[in-house]
Amino acid sequence: MKPERKKDRRDFVRGAAAVLIGGAVMSAARSRSPRLVWQLDPEKCTQCGRCATHCVLAPSAVKCFHSYSICGYCDLCGGYLRPDAKSRDTGAENQLCPTAAITRTFIESPYYQYTIDEDLCIGCGICVKGCDVFGNGSMYMQVKHDLCVNCNECAIARSCPSDAFKRVPASDPYILKSDRERRIS
Amino acid sequence: MKKYVVPPLGGFSPTGFRLKAVRHALVCVFLLVGSSQAEFRFPMPEFVTGYTHPAVHTPAPSNAMVGWDIVVLVSTLTLAAIFVLKRRKRREIFLLTLFSMIYFGFWRNGCVCSVGSVQNIAAGICDSSYGVPFTVLVFFALPLVFALLFGRVFCAAVCPLGAIQEAVAVKPVKVPPAVEKVLSVFPYIYLGLAILSVAMGAGFIICQYDPFVGVFRMGASFSMLIFGGIMLVLGIFVARPYCRFLCPYGVLLNWASKLSLHHATITPTDCIQCTLCEDSCPYNAINEPTPAEAPESRGKGASRLGILILLVPVMVVFGVGVGSLLKEPLARMHPTVRLAERMAGEDLGRYSETNIESEAFRASDTPNEELYAEAVQLKAGFGRGGKWLGAFIGLVIGCKLIAVSILRKRTDYEPDRGTCFSCGRCYKYCPVKE
Repeated sequence: MKPERKKDRRDFVRGAAAVLIGGAVMSAARSRSPRLVWQLDPEKCTQCGRCATHCVLAPSAVKCFHSYSICGYCDLCGGYLRPDAKSRDTGAENQLCPTAAITRTFIESPYYQYTIDEDLCIGCGICVKGCDVFGNGSMYMQVKHDLCVNCNECAIARSCPSDAFKRVPASDPYILKSDRERRIS
Repeated sequence: MKKYVVPPLGGFSPTGFRLKAVRHALVCVFLLVGSSQAEFRFPMPEFVTGYTHPAVHTPAPSNAMVGWDIVVLVSTLTLAAIFVLKRRKRREIFLLTLFSMIYFGFWRNGCVCSVGSVQNIAAGICDSSYGVPFTVLVFFALPLVFALLFGRVFCAAVCPLGAIQEAVAVKPVKVPPAVEKVLSVFPYIYLGLAILSVAMGAGFIICQYDPFVGVFRMGASFSMLIFGGIMLVLGIFVARPYCRFLCPYGVLLNWASKLSLHHATITPTDCIQCTLCEDSCPYNAINEPTPAEAPESRGKGASRLGILILLVPVMVVFGVGVGSLLKEPLARMHPTVRLAERMAGEDLGRYSETNIESEAFRASDTPNEELYAEAVQLKAGFGRGGKWLGAFIGLVIGCKLIAVSILRKRTDYEPDRGTCFSCGRCYKYCPVKE
């Protein structure tokens, strides 16, 4: 075979390969769905605690989220106080949160506001369980998108026992229990 | 499913703090005796002091770096091509490699990477509801286009996974070529498994078993760190073990690079057959000139080639058989199948206690039959996929056997276009100067 013809064949195969790559890209890009990010569905969450331990970030990008509009503002808060708490005050021995990330503020009798300090929260879900069992479920887990690095394969999603993680559009990246929440970003 | 309805405010008439406190306490008592029929256990309070709910923090996903990633990718690929083909300086290539390791690895946390992008592309093709982000499309296509033009310059100096291995490869030993050939089948298996996993919705296994992302992020699961540690220690002696024996994207780059328009050469001009470069390549990627006398008679070679070509369909059929035997273990890649097997096992009393997944499933009130039906369907899918995977691997092994059997005429020492990473180690061994 003449070298000239060999070169032609090579060019042809290279062109075919380029078309193949282009074809793969085009067929992958044919559905122009919006950019997706990870989020967890609080309805499915079972507060297993893996959000705290399985995220590639330490501490986890999943934090406790507090929907004030559905909170009962209870004095006896299942998310704030340990079940065996000796008294209903801010003593460290009474607090459920292992990192004391929940601040309790008196509003008016008999209501107390509970605020999550995101810098301290490790996403263990202990308070979420407490609030779910003995409260309105106003505390729940959410992926915080200022922290989440949006891994291709979310390590928590893979280990989530209740299949609560899913990809959601980046334009609406939170699954809140109450739509009445005033939001700041 | 529970529905959260927010009751209108003002459902209770405010008659004073004390009464409110009593009411609140009463609700608590009702709860304790077990009459929580309402959507919410506690009524939302009505504040008399003018208190309003604080706003909640819902930060938007950051999008800032994405454009920069593409800019850096294009410029590093261009620089790598210039360094490999024009400047021919190992030191410059290595410095660019270090830059890529720091930028794509440590700074950008190893995500997005071209190696993993194969899965997004596969997901985009298989699942019409999944939209592949533009960055990922670029990260998938651009290194392949560059490989078609200039060889594997992406591996040389852009890929962060390759870069970290290049940085630790201080004492590389030569792997026997036969071992190298056998181990080079694993990337094809890995690629096939990854695509099967994506097609069946069982997750992105390339990302799951990415050995170095834990190093880049300075923290990962224990198994990930162990795997990464083994790869790095092994990488001191066996250069780039992941790239050579596992990297699934390397398969595509290998194919593209075989067709490359320009490829790195060991000598800048003409080879003088000094054999000095012979041992310079730690990747077994230098092809020696063919010996003057043929190692065997033409007839013997031709008959062996004939047998090997006939063997290819046999290998494919064998692969299909093995693939269909592997249906069950393959199906266990999918979490739903694992859960269904666990549930069935627990119901049959095979396990002494429940695990966290089965408890979560029981709490969700989904009937078992639904789960089992889904698992059966998935298993059938994995059965079909396993056959395709087996056929693919059979074909790959058959083609590889043919490739090692054919004697290509070569007069000079040349880099193997498919497996050469364009790392530039051989340049300084060549005494020929421009």
